[in-house]
This record gives sequence, C-alpha cells and structure tokens, in this order.
Amino acid sequence: MKKIYASADAALDGLLHDDMLIAAGGFGLCGIPELLIDAIVKSGVTGLTIASNNCGVDGFGLGKLLDTKQIAKMMSSYVGENDEFMRQYLSGELEIEFNPQGTLAERMRAGGAGIPGFYTKTGVGTQVAEGKEHKDFDGETYILERGIFADLSIVKAWKADETGNAVFRKTARNFNPPAAMCGRVCVMEVEEIVPTGSLDPDLIHLPGIYVHRIIQGEHEKRIEQRTVRKREEA
Amino acid sequence: MPWDRNQMAARAAQELEDGMYVNLGIGIPTLVANYVGDKDITLQSENGMLGMGPFPFEGEEDPDLINAGKQTITELPRTAYFDSATSFGMIRGGKIAAAILGAMEVSEKGDLANWMIPGKLVKGMGGAMDLVAGVGRVIVVMDHQNKHGESKLLKDCTLPLTGKGVVDLIITNLGVLEVGHKGLHIVECAPGVSHDDIRAATEATIV
Repeated sequence: MKKIYASADAALDGLLHDDMLIAAGGFGLCGIPELLIDAIVKSGVTGLTIASNNCGVDGFGLGKLLDTKQIAKMMSSYVGENDEFMRQYLSGELEIEFNPQGTLAERMRAGGAGIPGFYTKTGVGTQVAEGKEHKDFDGETYILERGIFADLSIVKAWKADETGNAVFRKTARNFNPPAAMCGRVCVMEVEEIVPTGSLDPDLIHLPGIYVHRIIQGEHEKRIEQRTVRKREEA
Repeated sequence: MPWDRNQMAARAAQELEDGMYVNLGIGIPTLVANYVGDKDITLQSENGMLGMGPFPFEGEEDPDLINAGKQTITELPRTAYFDSATSFGMIRGGKIAAAILGAMEVSEKGDLANWMIPGKLVKGMGGAMDLVAGVGRVIVVMDHQNKHGESKLLKDCTLPLTGKGVVDLIITNLGVLEVGHKGLHIVECAPGVSHDDIRAATEATIV
C-alpha cells in the first residue's frame, strides 16, 4: 500500500480533467485543503463543479479558483465572503446551487455510503423544495435529496498514518470526513504523516479506506474573523 | 422605552432552561450567551462543536477553532467536536432544544425569511433551514420595524422563506409575541410600550 506522494502536484497526477465534480472539505477557511487547491489552480483544468460549504475568500482558498475562472458551478450553503464570487454570479459566468448546510453534508455522507437519495424535512415550503419529490411520512412532509458522488475529493486533516487513517483537530474536521467519503478518489493533505501504528485505533476520525493519496505540507491556516476578549486586570 | 439589543438578548436568555442544548445565530442571538447566568446551557456551533466557550484572549486564537460565524472561540471542559454530517444529524434529529435566530421577516403563521433578498443579498442560507426544520423551539430576535418604520411582522412574508410555520416565539424591541393558530399573541411588552403601541406597529394579525 503506497499512498504517500511527494507533492500536491504528484498526488493529483492523472486525476484532473475539465468539467469534473470535486468535493472539498472545510468550513470558511478552517480545515480547507490549501495545498491541493493551489495545485488545481496550477493544473489549469476548467469547467469545474465544486461541492463545498463555502467558496473561500477573495484570493484565498477556493477563491483562487474563482480568480482564474476555473469554476463553472458551486454547490454550497453560504458564499457571502467573496466579492469576486458575487461579480461572476451576477454576470452569469458562475452557477450556484444553494444547499442547506445540513443537506449538503448529508448528501456527501450519503454518496459515500452508497445511498443515492434520502428524505429530509429541511427546506420544505421553500425555494429549495421546488422541483423535488415530496413524500409524507407519519403526517409530516419531506423532500427527496440526492447523494453526491464526486469524481474527486480534496480534504485536509491534522495527522494521518501511512495507510490514511486520519485525525482532525477541533472544528477543522467539519466537512472533511463527508467530503472524503463521497469521492471516487480522495486526496488528503495533512500537517503531519505519522508512522502506522502510532495513532490510537480507537480514536481514528476517518478510516484510511476512504483515503487514496496523502501529502504532507505547511499550511497557512488563515483566520477569517479574529475575535478576542480582554484579560481582566488582576 | 423599547428594548435595545442587549435587553432583547437578555429577554431571549430567559427562555432557556437548565440542561438545554442551544444553537445561537449570528448578530443579536450571539449576545444571548452573555445573559444565561447560572443556567447550565450547552451551546452548539453547527460547524461541528458542542460546548462553545467565549472568545480567546489575545494571542491565543486558534485557526482550527471557530464558530459558525467564522469567529475565533475557545473550548470548555465539556466540549465535543464532530463532523458536519453528525452536527446536522443532531439538529435535524431534534436533539437541539432551541435555536435563537435573527430574521428579516416573520409571518403570523410562523413563516421565517432570513436568508435572501432577491437581486440584493444572495449569500446563502447556511444552516438556517436545517435549524428551523429540526430544533425543538425556534425563537426569533429581531427589530419590530425596518428602517422605514414598516412592520417586519407580516401577514405573509414577501422574501424567500427559510422555513414555513417554524417560528414559535418572536422577541422584538417592542415586546414578546407568541405564534398561535390564528395569529400572534402578545406575551409581554417592553417597559413603557403598550399593547396598542405593538398593534399599531404590527401588520400581522394579533389576537
């Protein structure tokens, strides 16, 4: 089993093509696959559909792929922090499919678990429900949502062993496990690759079966909203 | 005197009971955390955390530790982290007792609009649709009227909905209103505000 690659470029070799569907982990700028995004920018593939909760900010994260106009469509729940996104959306260059955040997460999880569709009450009676099958269960109305089966998943973890067993740190876990699960191939970037056997098997967040290629690298980990409180004087 | 932002947040905090798991939205709802007092409340942050603590001291910010508003926060001894699918599993599954959210419009039937102004504000619904569909009780904290003095409590919402028939309680700068079967009921008036003042400021049916 050889999953470790020397660089993001090497790890994505042979996996990228125009018009593909990529699922990306991260919430805001927290836990995003920075290095793999940079490598996709460099590759020049276009027409991408990206399933990701957000679309980065201007000039960072998935925002970089907007600047180079490589994204044709986003499947997201919130895209409010990005002026270039708004510009491309309002000029019709970029398509957006808004998904309620929990529906997006469950669509990824379902895809990874081999479930093509599920019923949820989220969005009933709203724009989100338009054109979707409605079905009543025990007197309550639900809508049908589809599982996401991505061509490629790009995710970021804190540590992984050489077999891809991965551990995330704090709220940087977010969409990374469901995004990892729903890809035909999953490439993961980590802060540290540790020897197999050094992670507690009881404390693995994402089993290595979901992870096909791993790279280690330095992450900028930019903070979007730095909020602090004052120390009280002793 | 109508309530200010902090007084509205303090009034909303009165709705919370010991032992509750609660999700607070962005804006005034975030301030509710300052007024829970001795009550044992666990805050959920839908990006994957139960047991949200206060903002960090300067120099102790952790880029891996943020809330749903992308602000740096801290953890508590009771904190648990999980992925987004699990997070919304507990929301959709009815495990969260209450959500306190902001609103652009609420209807007398409890419809909520707080995510989109067509042609103007197109940012996305985030987790709001999941929250209102799933949590036990939806409490809205909002100004009673907009900048032009028009009621934000309407017979029918004009903006795209976040959820239909989902709001239980509305706390505004003028008072507290409950969503009933035939319209809104006034539960409480802010100091110096009368029932008639609220009726005059409200388009929605008050019964």
